[in-house]
Amino acid sequence: MAIEVRIPTILRTYTGGAKAVEATGGSLSELIDDLEGNHPGIKGRLIENGDLRRFVNVYVNDEDVRFIGGLEASLSDGDQVVVLPAVAGGA
Amino acid sequence: MLTLAQETYDAIVAHARRDHPDEACGVVAGPEGSDRAERFIPMVNAAGSPTFYEFDSTELLALYKDMDARDEEPVVVYHSHTATEAYPSRTDIGLASEPNAHYVLVSTRDGGNSDGPVEFRSYRIVDGVVTEEDVTITPTAETPTRASTD
Repeated sequence: MAIEVRIPTILRTYTGGAKAVEATGGSLSELIDDLEGNHPGIKGRLIENGDLRRFVNVYVNDEDVRFIGGLEASLSDGDQVVVLPAVAGGA
Repeated sequence: MLTLAQETYDAIVAHARRDHPDEACGVVAGPEGSDRAERFIPMVNAAGSPTFYEFDSTELLALYKDMDARDEEPVVVYHSHTATEAYPSRTDIGLASEPNAHYVLVSTRDGGNSDGPVEFRSYRIVDGVVTEEDVTITPTAETPTRASTD
């Protein structure tokens, strides 16, 4: 069984252009490792120094994972994961 | 080149003036692949800062889900600089993550909240490379016709 992961435009170079891919894992951390196995390079765009990158948002069933355990957020089959880069900048 | 309706240009400038001295931000969405900036969506600057902007993460998700449902993409991503020129900062360049978008910068450093002059410029930002482009303002299309009372 699988978890749907929505991929933002800027990371679709890792998924052959696919807007969504399937992956498995009992936690976000495991899911990202599984993604990396099929889409090498994508993990480094999501994780830095063992934590989620500050300007990458990941949502599980519409909840920002920062509020539900971060990389340890638990996942089940049928969950939907959305990855969105922050829209941010500064003078 | 970025083509914007006068009405959309005015809305972006008004938002930048209103939020000065904090940075204002938002998007103009349009049909995917069309390069038509049609739907003006002002966003809250969750950073509430004169030197930084960031969409609130919950509002960001709602925005992208809404655009997805409409087969839209962010054609324009705009924000203001309130004390510096309308040119992407190193932070802007480092965080730019919509390779298909026109990044619009508005500077309110001269006019502030007033109707004074603003600088309005547009760029492509792809893989850390900034390319400025022309901005063409078109008269707002399909103005509703009204009986003249003049």
